[in-house]
Amino acid sequence: MNLTLKIWRQKNADAKGAMETYQVENISPDSSFLEMLDILNDQLINEGKEPVAFDHDCREGICGMCSLQINGEPHGPGRGITTCQLHMRKFSDGDTIFIEPFRAKAFPVIKDLVVDRTSFDRIQHAGGYISVNTSGNTQDANGIPVEKHKADKAFDAATCIGCGACVAACKNASAMLFTSAKVSQFALLPQGRIEATERVLNMVKQMDLEGFGNCTNTGACEIECPKGISLENIARMNREYLKASLK
Amino acid sequence: MSGIIKSSIARKVAMALSAFFLLVFLLQHFLINFTSVFSADTFNELSHFMGTDPFIQFLMQPILIIGVVFHFVMGFILEARNNSARNVKYVKYSGGANASWMSRNMIYSGIVILAFLGLHFYDFWFPEIAHKYVHALHEDPGRYYGEMVVKFHNPVRVGLYCLAFVFLALHLMHGFSSAFQSVGFNNKYTPAVKKLGKAYAILIPLGFIFIALFHYFNSL
Repeated sequence: MNLTLKIWRQKNADAKGAMETYQVENISPDSSFLEMLDILNDQLINEGKEPVAFDHDCREGICGMCSLQINGEPHGPGRGITTCQLHMRKFSDGDTIFIEPFRAKAFPVIKDLVVDRTSFDRIQHAGGYISVNTSGNTQDANGIPVEKHKADKAFDAATCIGCGACVAACKNASAMLFTSAKVSQFALLPQGRIEATERVLNMVKQMDLEGFGNCTNTGACEIECPKGISLENIARMNREYLKASLK
Repeated sequence: MSGIIKSSIARKVAMALSAFFLLVFLLQHFLINFTSVFSADTFNELSHFMGTDPFIQFLMQPILIIGVVFHFVMGFILEARNNSARNVKYVKYSGGANASWMSRNMIYSGIVILAFLGLHFYDFWFPEIAHKYVHALHEDPGRYYGEMVVKFHNPVRVGLYCLAFVFLALHLMHGFSSAFQSVGFNNKYTPAVKKLGKAYAILIPLGFIFIALFHYFNSL
């Protein structure tokens, strides 16, 4: 496959970026999108040019590190996948592909396609945990009965890998799907109920402080989420927040 | 408390609550208007009641006005905040790939409805307030049908009304079920709520269009 790539290049956080055009040739349809970018970078290095900086780590869809807005969609045109799981067979020979960083005020660009997603970490630090005594007297988790359907929903919420695709897809750059998944995974379990009130108030407060937009229920986040996190979690967070606010 | 007022969730819940109130108001407005199609007397009777009952006039009407103003003002505030959350826009953004046009353009359908409300107030509400409270004219319980019908003799006005109702339908297509999601209602009944929302979003505006066209063609 021969492709034209239009890629956002930005020297550093303060520099003014711009789209630049590159050509790549003989790309196998079976290569992954990140492998295609590796090939481009080899080409750029051989030409003595600066390679394109982009995030990646596990390359098996679990770490949430790879990002990229590809042809206007986070993680590209596939559904339920991260960019590392996107294969070039999703594109056609001769295509022009737009590759941009995830855009949000709370995700500032560090360089080229790499964005700073530590705002998610700060939301998590604000309450996305349970306080467990680790002195050796910890109660066996299996000793606390949990209803099956609640355990399943908590597990579903916990599969969020914090990649930021929800923010990137949302027209408002809202982080409510991420925050609600982190709130839900604890709110549904008895161990998480103890700190439920403080958790939801603090995490939502931090989410707002980071400058994310507000959810308008377009559902784009749910469609683009590589782990299929449901909008049901946002509704649950709203309920939790209302309950906590009225206490 | 100020933290809650500024919070994103509190604002969207407030937006949804005002939407619920407006949905109920719209339904009753439609039902009263629809009586004009088959009985001028019933329409006059109901309009007279709505126009003179102290509970409606001095409690429900101010609440309605506050609800409408709040819904619009909060809509603009949220839109401004949401726009600023993405300070650098995408060069290529495929919004249609993952969200409906209606859900992405609530602000535009809302602005059209706001413009329509301006026309609607100019046509009916301002003359009504002037009649009752400025000029303090004698109340004739039989005047409402005639005053309403004459407005629909103008094809341009009828066209504008029909266009506004199309945008109202688009707004409701997303807004109805979205309000339920905002207050935390997402469960096994959600598919039914979505169907009900679609039915409401189509039938109520279509009914208003029918009423406007009915009186226009009746006048020819």
